[in-house]
Amino acid sequence: MIRARGLVQTFHSGQGKQKKEVHAVRGVDLDVAEGEVVGFLGPNGAGKTTTLRMLTTLLKPTAGTASVAGFDVATQAVDVRRSIGYCSQVGSTFSGAYAGDEVVDHGMLYGMSKKAAVAKGQELFDKLQLDGLWRRMPKNMSGGQKRRLDIAMALIHSPGLVFLDEPTTGLDPQARINLWQHIADLRAKEGATVFLTTHYLDEADALADRIVIIDQGTIVASDTADNLKAAVAGDLVDLEVTTDEQVAIARDKLGSISAEVEVEGHHVRGRVARAGKAVPGLLRDLEGSGVGLESIEVVRPTLDDVFLTLTGRSLRDAEAAAEAKDAPADEAAATTEGAPA
Amino acid sequence: MNTFLRESWIVFNRQLRMNLRNPAWVIIGMLQPVLYLLLFGPLLEPVIAQLGGNKYTWFVPGMLVQLGIFGAFFAGFSLIGEWREGVIEAERVTPAHRSALLFGRLYRDLLQLFVQAVILVGLGLVMGMDATFGGIVVGVVLTLMLGGACAAASNALALTTKSEDVMAPVINVVMMPVLLLSGILLPMSFGAGWLERLSDFMPIRHVVDAVRAAFFGDFDGSMLWGVGWTVVLFGLAVWWGTSVFKKENA
Repeated sequence: MIRARGLVQTFHSGQGKQKKEVHAVRGVDLDVAEGEVVGFLGPNGAGKTTTLRMLTTLLKPTAGTASVAGFDVATQAVDVRRSIGYCSQVGSTFSGAYAGDEVVDHGMLYGMSKKAAVAKGQELFDKLQLDGLWRRMPKNMSGGQKRRLDIAMALIHSPGLVFLDEPTTGLDPQARINLWQHIADLRAKEGATVFLTTHYLDEADALADRIVIIDQGTIVASDTADNLKAAVAGDLVDLEVTTDEQVAIARDKLGSISAEVEVEGHHVRGRVARAGKAVPGLLRDLEGSGVGLESIEVVRPTLDDVFLTLTGRSLRDAEAAAEAKDAPADEAAATTEGAPA
Repeated sequence: MNTFLRESWIVFNRQLRMNLRNPAWVIIGMLQPVLYLLLFGPLLEPVIAQLGGNKYTWFVPGMLVQLGIFGAFFAGFSLIGEWREGVIEAERVTPAHRSALLFGRLYRDLLQLFVQAVILVGLGLVMGMDATFGGIVVGVVLTLMLGGACAAASNALALTTKSEDVMAPVINVVMMPVLLLSGILLPMSFGAGWLERLSDFMPIRHVVDAVRAAFFGDFDGSMLWGVGWTVVLFGLAVWWGTSVFKKENA
């Protein structure tokens, strides 16, 4: 559904002596198969939104090529637009218009008849728990309702591929989890391929079949969440033994399946790839050697551990650093979006 | 129906619906020229007496052009609001023609201007204006084209600046010389020679002269200049507006 090679986006920000080049995206390669839900994860300013804007034809790439739904984004932009749904992070409806009117007008811009747009719109309102809000203005809706309305806008013409740009940013935890269910239903019930950007680790973990991590305009990893965690960090196994003598035995046994083992008092810790498979054997070994365990704990690594291993900093630190910068790349994209086109 | 016409009609309908929810727009837009007509028109009597002819036949065309320029130039402010809420981006990700997104908004601005122009001309006729029907039609058409040019330029400016704080002073800077050098309020021939020569370089002055000539039924050389400038301004502004809508999104 998506194939990108060497996508580059460079902006010019500032004026006069302050003028500088911002390399928002530096050669991104992407492949997304039909039916996949791909999470595009990275801190603010990493280049997520800029990449997404290039894939949705909203921004012309400075260099590189991309095809979306089989059409080239540069030369077949109208065909790309017909094939995709897009939910921007700022919304898509006017606060003073009726929600139903907005969805129907949007569908008609895709060539749908008014009758078909009304029917599809009402079906989507029903599915997205927006029933009863057809004649309500977005300014009188909750944050969660507005985001679901944005998703209805993106789905009105039944696209095979949906781009969601930070769909749950700004929502409270309950509204986020509710929206996750609706996003999961996009594939399950609508059969859509979903490409979503997020800087929330739990969101990528919960929704995506595959996670593509971008940092400073470059893809640093692409795999399933489980594989990323296993390959990059592994699960943390924490053994608590009962006597001092058992510490050395436990360290040796754990050392046979872990590259690095730490000891702290009666605790012996090490990272183990796919601990679910390795730990039963470890327990049998320990029991056979007469080691009694006070406790055992297996901690799954988080995507933040993966990000830390890949980039040398945690996602949260990267986020804070990006927010502190005067002109982060995504922000530059938003303010100078027209310039390169 | 032609795809462009269908798409621009959808955008027009959407815009019109939003405007009709706030019907005060016609009244607020009309207020300034009507006040000029009621409170400034009578002051013109001795001045227009020197030129000869009906003072309202002379003054209403100027008010029409003022309505066309000032009303339409503020059209871009609502576009900034739509851009901020993501509406423009949502429209741009559809396969609709970029020019249809602009023209749909222009139809709304032109309809609004047409309604205001009819009210203004009607009021002028009630107050004693003496103009031919054909002259009024030509004058209103020129006003609509000029208004369309200003609305297109305003939309282009709005998407370029994306800030009401920047756009407001820019409009003021453009409008002030237009108001002073186009002879909307008083004939430029009343001023010093150098001022009149300077106003020759102001395209709007020729449009004002043409609308005025149409109302007086004088379809002479000034009409040709006015029509020429109106067409040029309309063409340039629509080209600018369309290219900004396209450029914005590739």
